[in-house]
Amino acid sequence: MTATLLLIQALNGLQFGLILFLIAAGLTLVFGVMDFINLAHGVQYMVGAYLVAAFSAWTGNFGLALLLALPTALAFGLLLEVLIFRHLYDRDHLDQVLATFGVIVFLNQAVKFIWGAAPLNVPVPEIFSGSIEITDGLLYPVYRLVIIAAGLAVALLLYVLVSRTRVGMLVRAGATNPQMVSALGVNIQRLFMVVFGFGAMLAGFAGAMVAPILSVEPGMGDNILILAFVVIVIGGIGSIRGAFLAAILIGLVDTVGRSFAPNILRFFLDPATASQTGRAVAPMLIYIFMAAVLFFRPSGLFPAKR
Amino acid sequence: MNLTIKCLGFAAAMGLAASPALAQEKLKVGLVLTLSGPSAVLGQQARDGFQLAVKDLGGKLGGRDVDVIVVDDELKPDVAVTKVKGLLERDKVDFVVGPIFSNVAVAIQKPIVDAKTFYISTNAGPSNLAGKSCSPFFFATSYQNDQNHEVLGKVAQDRGYKKVYLLAPNYQAGKDALAGFKRHYKGEIVEESYVPLNTLDFQSELAKIASMKPDAIFTFMPGGMGVNLVKQYRAAGLADRIPFLSAFTVDESTLPAQQDAAVGMFGGSNWAPNLDTPQNKTFVKDYEAAYNSVPGSYSMHAYDAALLIDSALKATGGKTEDKDALRAALKKADFKSLRGDFKFGTNGFPIQDFYLVKVAKRSDGKFQTEIEEKVFDDYTDAYAKECAATN
Repeated sequence: MTATLLLIQALNGLQFGLILFLIAAGLTLVFGVMDFINLAHGVQYMVGAYLVAAFSAWTGNFGLALLLALPTALAFGLLLEVLIFRHLYDRDHLDQVLATFGVIVFLNQAVKFIWGAAPLNVPVPEIFSGSIEITDGLLYPVYRLVIIAAGLAVALLLYVLVSRTRVGMLVRAGATNPQMVSALGVNIQRLFMVVFGFGAMLAGFAGAMVAPILSVEPGMGDNILILAFVVIVIGGIGSIRGAFLAAILIGLVDTVGRSFAPNILRFFLDPATASQTGRAVAPMLIYIFMAAVLFFRPSGLFPAKR
Repeated sequence: MNLTIKCLGFAAAMGLAASPALAQEKLKVGLVLTLSGPSAVLGQQARDGFQLAVKDLGGKLGGRDVDVIVVDDELKPDVAVTKVKGLLERDKVDFVVGPIFSNVAVAIQKPIVDAKTFYISTNAGPSNLAGKSCSPFFFATSYQNDQNHEVLGKVAQDRGYKKVYLLAPNYQAGKDALAGFKRHYKGEIVEESYVPLNTLDFQSELAKIASMKPDAIFTFMPGGMGVNLVKQYRAAGLADRIPFLSAFTVDESTLPAQQDAAVGMFGGSNWAPNLDTPQNKTFVKDYEAAYNSVPGSYSMHAYDAALLIDSALKATGGKTEDKDALRAALKKADFKSLRGDFKFGTNGFPIQDFYLVKVAKRSDGKFQTEIEEKVFDDYTDAYAKECAATN
């Protein structure tokens, strides 16, 4: 029984990790390639969720809504880049943090103004609405497996894009030495724009995929942004591979740790203290994990080589 | 010359203060509610409920024209205190009505009571305001916070559930909720699980619940957390096997998002939209017509708060200066509450009935909670005896 519970929690952790990866992938590229701290990246996740909510209410079809939401999220990311972020690349990090924080506040209020403060509901697409019984008494929604599959597919696609294509090569080069790339005649401005738009679209995709299982509400991107930063710091800034591994690790540590910390502590402590300490320790686990990783590898698991 | 003007001005000011014509002046009521952030919908419900009552009373309370000043506390106690001071000192309000959240309620108590202004809570009922820190200027048209949780504890006990799984967010109100549940429930608690505030994915909790197979779960998951928990609980196939007892988790503020997933789940409340009194039927119909959503208890409490002020001012002839007379009039609660039986206890909290409510889909496709059974009759909160105030 504990083995099946562990398996289920591992699946949950994997799914959570893949969502984190979709957000962190864009964040680590923007941070790594452009040396730009974009706090508003979490907002892109929220925007993706709202777009899919709006489009699926309009079309009545989740697949179609997703197809419409992705280019819109891309366009929205590019719009933000042109209007705001482009003017911040040469500023120092504090200015970037302040300005992008302003974007968060503005967009959180904007979605509330347009869609209201109450959480929105996005129906799970009909074909994936079933569930399979993994263990006695617990149904596992098929849609969550779809999220896992989609996350893995996007990770593979990103791997191919970054390591096998010309644009990917430029992105990797840009993460290592942007001045040199620019000196070699690459339009770095356009490269930045491509990376930025793509990152925004990935975050939007993550938001769109979770919309049917989580509630779509203002500020939903704010908490996940912190975790995304943890992921890119552990993974090594600028590294897609690092972000992928770190995201899966964080997902697993958080989910499995939360579920089993009290059980494990019971070996050392009496049950009441164990469950109380377990509750206190579980939320800290990912940060303890981050501290441990940074102690042994201060620039993350897979730092972009400089 | 200059001196004359000053003297004249002074005389005028004195004259105004002593003027018997004060009753002609507009009554001022400050509404302090959370109107931004993820919980804004609760504040909107309360605001709409209060304004509907003022409209139904012909734009007057106790025969006086009324000026309702709405401020957003942003769910930040420090912001709330600043705004409340503005209401008291600049606007000179006669009543402060609100707020939604207990941390805000505790923070704004002192400035309001120090200004000898009446404070009517339309939702928050923290234990200290009901007990040790109660005040003769404080009245609640809602409940003491623990009471809704106690309803579910009593139900779990009466239905003979042997093992219950408890789930709440890890902050003060979450801990209070579980303590409230345990006041009447004496069976085994298989797990007391606290998740971080603003958790949106409960899949790992659900796996634990499925593996422990309790007779029921009790949870307190307000707002967006509750929306997710309910949808995921249903999707995991647990809703048909393990009864879902909750407080502030399935109500009219969250049902528009939970929809079918919540049908059949239980909550505890002092009222439900289908409560069978003539005033309540009219209220629900008018509210839905005006705001295109089903009212929750937040609206009902605010509506009642306006009725309460109206009834008290009618008794004092519209006067607010004599605080003792006004207090006595408020305390009588001489109005027809939408929830039926209503009177104030010694601590300014209502003595009222509590019900087990169940989510149902109406024939028009909207969702609401409906009364399943009465659990407590004329129920007083557990802290009233700690209140020494003589109001």
